[in-house]
Formats: sequence, structure tokens, C-alpha cells
Amino acid sequence: MSLRSPLGAALGRGSAGDGVTHWRSQRLSALALVPLSLWFLVALIRLPLNDYAAVTIWMASGWNPVWLSLLLVVTTWHARLGVQVVIEDYVHAPGPKAAALVVNAGLNLVLLAAGLYAVLRMALRGAA
Amino acid sequence: MRERPLSPHASIYRYMHTMVFSFMHRISGVWMVLGVGALVYWLMSAAAGEAEFGRANALLGGGLCRALLLAWLAAYCYHFVNGLRHLGWDAGYGLGKLQARRSARVVLGVAVVGLAVAAYLLFCPRAGAL
Repeated sequence: MSLRSPLGAALGRGSAGDGVTHWRSQRLSALALVPLSLWFLVALIRLPLNDYAAVTIWMASGWNPVWLSLLLVVTTWHARLGVQVVIEDYVHAPGPKAAALVVNAGLNLVLLAAGLYAVLRMALRGAA
Repeated sequence: MRERPLSPHASIYRYMHTMVFSFMHRISGVWMVLGVGALVYWLMSAAAGEAEFGRANALLGGGLCRALLLAWLAAYCYHFVNGLRHLGWDAGYGLGKLQARRSARVVLGVAVVGLAVAAYLLFCPRAGAL
């Protein structure tokens, strides 16, 4: 066990170099979600959601797969950053905190991968 | 290690109603992660084929799930409008105590109206809607 205080260990090493990255990513992703999420909400309102053909054609047409993919990427990134802050604020024990952070990152990655796979599959179905 | 001094946090501050807006921002955000799960499930079902899509729609259109969808929509409306308030603060606007209280009321009003309009458009008029 070291007798040095945590402060002593941290002093003199300079900054970690990524102090504002998290903060800035969260704000930039929030800005991007303003148009992206509104676009998706309007699309949901306009689509006959029970009509399989209408929904899948819409998801595969024009730029829709691009905006949908972007929506998934930015949403899961924003969610990961936000939930991370909540975990860091309320889970203090090192073990559970590390576990919760890994679960948060992993869960959002799984959601992203599944969402992108679904969008791609629908978008490329017409082309195949 | 000796207990170190902490900066003030939720359980130390005196109650203010603007605090509730802050808690709700976090709660609505975390709650919406589950909503993203539902969205991805719906997208996967659409990609899987018509039968799977029909099953997913039947499930999501059921009574309990409708309530969940409404709760996610409400969380979105609140988080969206209050998020704009946060972005304003981050840009340096509206940080005064009275301004923050006033903007809290505006956020609540806009979010409730937005939710009412969006919920009406999404759930009510169309026969085939979820």
C-alpha cells in the first residue's frame, strides 16, 4: 500500500487531455438529436404503423436509412454518455461502478448493432 | 482513507422545485433507454418479416405497452424541451435564479402541450395506428 495521498499521486502530471470531451460529446449529440428525433417522430405520425409494406418501404426509401442509422448512432451514444454520468454520480463502490459502466456501454452497443443491422437489412432487401 | 469533504449534492441541498426538473431530466433520460430497446425490437421485427412484424405490433399495441409508449413519449417531450433549456445554460443564457424558475415553468408548459399534440396525432385519429 502506498503512503502517498491520491492528490500527491495526481499532482504534477498535467491534464489527462480529455477533460471536456465527454461534456462536449453529450452537448453535440443533443444538438444533433434535435432535428433527427423530430424527423423520426413526424415520420412515425405520418406512417400507417400496422402496415408492413408501407413501413418497410418507407424504411428502405431515399435517405431514410441514412437518417435512421444516424438517429440510432447518436441516440445510443447520447444515452451511453448520459447514463454514465448518472452511474458515476450514484454508484460509488469501485467494483459495482465499473460493472455498471461496462453494462451501460455494452447494452448501448448491442442496441446500436441490432438497430443498424435491422435498418441495413430492410434497406438492402430491395436492392438484392 | 480519511473521509474527505464533499461538494454539496442532492441530499444536502434545501428542496427547490427546480431540483425536481433536474431529477426528471435524468429519470426521463434513463427511462428512454428502455424505449430505445423497444424501438430496436420493432425495427428487428420489421427486418425479420411480415409475420414477426405483426406479432411485434400486436404486442406493442396491447394495453400495457400502449401505456409504456405514452410514458416514453412523455419522457421524450420533457427531455427534449428541458434539454434545450440545458443547452441554453451551457451557452451561458438564463443562469439567473429567477430566470431558471421561469424557464422551468415554460418547459413544463411546452412539454405538456407537445405531449398532448403528439399523443393525439400518434394514437387517436387513425384506425390502423398503434
